[in-house]
Amino acid sequence: MKKFDDEANGLKERAVDQEDLELELALKDFRSSVHAWSDAVYFRPRAFTKEVRLRSWRLALGWALGCVLVAGSVSGGLLQRHHRVEQARIAAGQRAAKQQKQLREQQARAQVSDEALLAEVDSDVARQVPSALEPLAQMMDETK
Amino acid sequence: MAAGTALEAMAITTADDAAAQEFARVVERHRPQIFRFLLSSTRDMDLAETLTQECFLKAHRNWGSFRGDSSAMTWLMRIAINLEKDHWRNRRMQFWRTTRINSVDLDEASEWLPSGESSVEQQLLARERVKQVWSAVKGLSERQRTVFLLRYVEEQELREIAAATGLSEGTVKAHLSRAVARVRLELGGKR
Repeated sequence: MKKFDDEANGLKERAVDQEDLELELALKDFRSSVHAWSDAVYFRPRAFTKEVRLRSWRLALGWALGCVLVAGSVSGGLLQRHHRVEQARIAAGQRAAKQQKQLREQQARAQVSDEALLAEVDSDVARQVPSALEPLAQMMDETK
Repeated sequence: MAAGTALEAMAITTADDAAAQEFARVVERHRPQIFRFLLSSTRDMDLAETLTQECFLKAHRNWGSFRGDSSAMTWLMRIAINLEKDHWRNRRMQFWRTTRINSVDLDEASEWLPSGESSVEQQLLARERVKQVWSAVKGLSERQRTVFLLRYVEEQELREIAAATGLSEGTVKAHLSRAVARVRLELGGKR
């Protein structure tokens, strides 16, 4: 029994040793790989490549187009607003002129009708007394 | 008096020159290592280059305040780790911004092997192992990954890792243990 236990323990230890060995190997490879990668990147020639330059141009062009678009929409909006305000001002002026004209016409009409009324009253007052009533009118004058 | 002032000015200039020369030496010595750590941590070549630049810029600004309590490497590594942390935090906060993701995939990262004397078959096996480790690293938390890379890629001591990350040695050990368990699992072994 003891023999079997020893064998089992031995196998277990060997498995653990094997795992440790694999781990050690993996860590060693990992370290070497990172070092190789880092060295390759660190010592690579750093040139201002065409691609970077192209990207910069594209970026600048994008920004310029964006600015133009924004400026265009802002100025368009302002122009439209100005146009609308101008139209409203003209319409208001026209309305005011029309109202004034109407007022003047009304006043003129009112003046004309007053004059006609006065003329009518005058004509009524100035009418001659009928001949049948003339003696009565004379009598009234005498009593005065 | 005037001669004294001139001498003082010369001494300051000489001291400045000496500091600049010393910093230049530090850059030359440690730049590849900082870059390598950032590259393995981000798997993004452009980002690693940018963060390395920022790291040395920051180090240059604060070179006067570096007291030498830790090694220059540990100090630089601490700056690099913080910059990387800030980068991811900012990116999370500004998720609506269109940020380009340049991280290479695991296959591409695993392609790199030193041109050794091993056979093609051995190289294939090694590539497979490297891919498995990358796969495990991808699944690690930020801290676990940092600790793992510092230990197994940069081959730093636990106390150096603790100083660079600002963690205690015990915490570093715990993170490392979990990271290794993850790698073991990925390699097909037991936890």
